[in-house]
Amino acid sequence: MLTYTLRRLLLAIPTLLLISLVIFLLVDLAPGSPASEIPLTVPPEVREKILESLSVNQPIFVRYLLWLKQFFWVEPLNGIDWLFGTNYAEGMQRIISYQTRSPVFPLIGERLPQTLTVIGTAYLVGVLIALPIGIYSAYRQYSLFDQFGTMFAMIGFSVPTFFTGTVFIIVFGVWLGWFPTKYDTTLEVTDWDSFVKQLRQMAMPVMVLGLANAAAISRYMRSSMLENMRQDYVRTARAKGMSERTVVLKHVLRNSMIPVVTIIALGIPSIFGGAIITENLFGVNGIGAALIGAIRGNDLPMVQTLAFIFAILIVTFNLIADVLYGLLDPRIRYD
Amino acid sequence: MRDSLSMPLVQVEDLKMHFPIYTGVFRRHTGNVKAVDGVSFTIQAGETLGLVGESGCGKSTVGRAILRLYEPTAGRVVIGGDDIATLDAETLRKKRPAMQMVFQDPQASLNPRMTLSAIISEPMVEHTAMTAEERQARVFELMDAVGLNRRFANRYPHEFSGGQRQRIGIARALALNPKFIVCDEPIAALDVSIQAQVVNLLEDLQDKFGLTYLFISHDLSMVRHIADRVAVMYLGRIAELSPRDALYDRPLHPYAEALLSAVNEPDPNRARRERIILKGDVPSPANPPKGCAFCTRCPKVMEICRVTRPELAEVQPGRFVACHLYTPAAGSTGATEVPEHYQQGETT
Repeated sequence: MLTYTLRRLLLAIPTLLLISLVIFLLVDLAPGSPASEIPLTVPPEVREKILESLSVNQPIFVRYLLWLKQFFWVEPLNGIDWLFGTNYAEGMQRIISYQTRSPVFPLIGERLPQTLTVIGTAYLVGVLIALPIGIYSAYRQYSLFDQFGTMFAMIGFSVPTFFTGTVFIIVFGVWLGWFPTKYDTTLEVTDWDSFVKQLRQMAMPVMVLGLANAAAISRYMRSSMLENMRQDYVRTARAKGMSERTVVLKHVLRNSMIPVVTIIALGIPSIFGGAIITENLFGVNGIGAALIGAIRGNDLPMVQTLAFIFAILIVTFNLIADVLYGLLDPRIRYD
Repeated sequence: MRDSLSMPLVQVEDLKMHFPIYTGVFRRHTGNVKAVDGVSFTIQAGETLGLVGESGCGKSTVGRAILRLYEPTAGRVVIGGDDIATLDAETLRKKRPAMQMVFQDPQASLNPRMTLSAIISEPMVEHTAMTAEERQARVFELMDAVGLNRRFANRYPHEFSGGQRQRIGIARALALNPKFIVCDEPIAALDVSIQAQVVNLLEDLQDKFGLTYLFISHDLSMVRHIADRVAVMYLGRIAELSPRDALYDRPLHPYAEALLSAVNEPDPNRARRERIILKGDVPSPANPPKGCAFCTRCPKVMEICRVTRPELAEVQPGRFVACHLYTPAAGSTGATEVPEHYQQGETT
């Protein structure tokens, strides 16, 4: 298992390098550049100076290599400096956002907590709702509960979040007045009251995203349970005289969790990726909102860096999912 | 109270197992697959009853319904004095240690995420108050009994060969000292060389622990080897139930005769029984023939066979046959003359 993990990690290096090149070129070659943001009234020599200060007048491969160096060397050093108060990265050029003229990573650091609390909670809630629904739907296949579970999943699948979100805002925010319609990013949780306030403003985005997440996972859980319930070893467990609870929760569920855990692990990068639409709808000032803002503002370093961070997370969680698979299923050996 | 000597260990009376068919948009109940349709037999303690028949005749369903791994539609299954078919869930669960099953597919019937030792000891956790050490000792004891090396205790099922897996299945079934074991085609998934090992193991264990078997198989020579009495099933019903030697020497029911004619004679000097090839297919158990289930293919079919269903009746001491050839009411033919006549005569 260890050799397998190490081999996969080594393999991840060329994969990520290739992804970084594709991302960099794609974003850089796409229409829209910092130069197009400069008004035409600006004289050419001033324009040249501005571009030089942004260091975008250099050839593309130079900029790519510079960005790579900044991403993998300068920014981690800055991270170490920030953590331990050292100054290894002094005088080194960081990745600078065109919009704010400040380093990209602290900006991402500011946005990440909002995203993780809201989207992370939504994912957790989604999983916690989905698993029992999937398990019980499968256990009582074609029952009334199963039919409702199927309907719930279909709604979660097919209705986009901008629609459910708007409906939630109208129903719970406007008509019932239970929850605030906008998320207040400046709220700091210091005492019980502010904690309750935080919970109330999180409720709607979490419900909207949780519904979408739960729909998919509950279906995976259900089909995996159904597949395993028909297995012979379940009959063996019944013949042994195990209680129904043991049969379902130990024999069926543990085997059914193998693919579901993998699916859940693979979905985790999407938490960091944020939910662009939902964040915009409720005004959660997270990563998704940052990405949209950067795209609108032709902030190439920000877009490239965010996209590449997502790529790293996806590669990492793919690896984690595979390793989990090997840990959970004794039949799988990576050697 | 109960006379345990004369009372059979297992008594099955008119067991029926119908699986409902739902069709149409509204999934209406439109019929039943009559997998088992009125089966009765008894098994004495220490005896092995073989249950043979072709694929789909309901052999395995009988085995599962007896242990109530299916909910039987009707009938009584009395094992050791309790009617298994009507016990409530909890009493049934408590009763399970006394009756066990060895499954057909040794790969699929073992939980892939449990080690051998966990598989064998799980029923002890549930049904006994043994400590972890006692359970481990018992696991080793069982592994010795079925001929598995003790070193394998912490391995997973997929790390074993087919024959070894079936040994695990047998050890698992033995874990709580059952009285009665249903062997549901325990050798069907194994190589011939391994089949003999497993069957011999089952026989040894029977001698050692005084077990009672219901041995379900389509392998007629294996059944001949292990069974004391043999029931031949056709389309959810028992066609003939006879002592082994009598049945193999001279089957009475035309279906049993045809089935046993397929057994190869290993000794080339002895005359090979003339092969009876049946024409046509087994009728659908969802829509069985009105009279005798075998009337569509029987080489000796009579008028009455298509109308009236023959009941299983004792035609010779210890031999039960469900065939109109042997019921006095059916015609002038006597019970004993008919098979003689047909064995000499032309068979298709």
